[in-house]
Amino acid sequence: MRELSRLAVLGAGHVGPVIARLAIKAGYPVAIATSGDPEDIALITELIIPGAQPRWASDAMADADIVVLAIPLHRFGDIDPALLDGKLVVDAMNYWPASDGVLEPFEGRGSSEVVARRLPGSAVVKALNHIGYHELEDRARPAGAPDRRAAGVAGDDPAAVAMIADLVDRTGYDPVRLESLRAGRVLQPGGPVFGVVLTQPEFERAVRQDARSLR
Amino acid sequence: MTYIFGLDTFGDRNGDADGKPASHAQTIRNVVEEGVFAEQAGVDFFGIGEHHTEYFPMPAGDVVLAAIAARTGRIRLGSAVTVLSSDDPVRVFQRYSTLNAISGGRAEVILGRGSSIESFPLFGYDLADYEELFEEKATLFAELLKGGPVTWEGKTRAPLLNQDVVPHLESGPFPAWIGVGGNPQSVIRAARLGFSLMLAIIGGPPARFAAYSQLFQRALEKCGRPPLPVGVHSPGHVAATDEQAKAEFWPRWREIIALIAPERGFAIPTDESFDTETGPHGALYVGSPETVAQKIATNLRALGAARFDLKYGMPGLTHDQLMTNIELYGRQVIPRVRELLS
Repeated sequence: MRELSRLAVLGAGHVGPVIARLAIKAGYPVAIATSGDPEDIALITELIIPGAQPRWASDAMADADIVVLAIPLHRFGDIDPALLDGKLVVDAMNYWPASDGVLEPFEGRGSSEVVARRLPGSAVVKALNHIGYHELEDRARPAGAPDRRAAGVAGDDPAAVAMIADLVDRTGYDPVRLESLRAGRVLQPGGPVFGVVLTQPEFERAVRQDARSLR
Repeated sequence: MTYIFGLDTFGDRNGDADGKPASHAQTIRNVVEEGVFAEQAGVDFFGIGEHHTEYFPMPAGDVVLAAIAARTGRIRLGSAVTVLSSDDPVRVFQRYSTLNAISGGRAEVILGRGSSIESFPLFGYDLADYEELFEEKATLFAELLKGGPVTWEGKTRAPLLNQDVVPHLESGPFPAWIGVGGNPQSVIRAARLGFSLMLAIIGGPPARFAAYSQLFQRALEKCGRPPLPVGVHSPGHVAATDEQAKAEFWPRWREIIALIAPERGFAIPTDESFDTETGPHGALYVGSPETVAQKIATNLRALGAARFDLKYGMPGLTHDQLMTNIELYGRQVIPRVRELLS
């Protein structure tokens, strides 16, 4: 069997540790990093994300196949795009002005489209952003479970979307593929599936109904 | 272990029996009565959380706490929380040190952000600076609590050079906590600065916070500090029966979450999500005294916590309903939890 991709999770706040734990449980090798010294998150890793490896962000990114962005969106500009060249990038961030303040470049746009424009050398996929961090683990179920829920995977590169759909599936959700980052706007705050945890048919219906209302 | 049981309010605007909203002024007077009654009912702590909105008209909780202090003798009084990032740590220290003087040493503070962010634009702060503001101001607050002249320099307020800040503490620092909603780095910060840890658990299974409690104690050890208490703050409502408590709380809860959902990106609660949250593994303590007591005891044990603060009330609930909640919490829930934990 082929080995699973190596993951680097950037961010050890609310969201990063949850995604890291789900990925570890699914069998992925996971490194976790913040903007600072890995020593600062050694204790957090040991107790909250057992099995993950705390590393410097640049090292974690260099060795990873998939990089998950789980940092506050206003810190995204601090990342050097060159470090993400050739990587598959999962954008789990959200633009949420009422909670994090207004960021002019993201106003009225799809946040992952803005992220992708800054990362021309990466394949950007929007995923794992629309289920609350306090629910993400609790709602995860193995494939085939009757109460399994759905999670959206949006991107412009079909091969990248397929890989992240596989990751989402392994972490406990039925992946629903959306054909572009533009279409992934339905996963944003204020969109029809943000913050609600739906089954696959419910999810697909909510997305379809929203698409109709936009027409 | 010595357990402390408190009540917190955000000054949730009361309704009258016909559902008409009470005035802000009346709501504030009602909070004073509720605080005084909490002491009579046997509650250990009464906390007021800073908010600046139509539905939570409570920007100056320390003034309200002073009124309660003047009419009580035993109950501890504090913020829950003080939005420190958009305030001046020197002023916060002065206000609570004054409250400490008025109350004969009963003041506390819980510092944090809460889920309340209106104070940032109101006082001219940028939410994007949240981290830096909180880190600097919490560090200065820890210095102020030590007593004695303070020397401090940073980016977020004017420097202090050997500054005497009054009123002086009478008998050492008053209890100070940092409220944390699930960010492990905030847990580390509380330990590093020597604050106690208040876990704000408002959704999802409380047991998942057990690791945070452990993380806090390990981080304290690593910083060479003695153990400090961990507390839990969660919303709820107590009435005579489970059915009555849910019937009173649910429409008010749905209404307020639906109101803030669009701007915050929260999901609007459904019957299903409410049942989950009020069930044994959820974060809401809504029910009869026995139901709520069992849940509190279970979670304090699971989390290794010595303090539980029930955030009572919700905009639209009546003052009478809140007084009943306080009475049942103080006279039935607290003794029952103590019994279950002994």
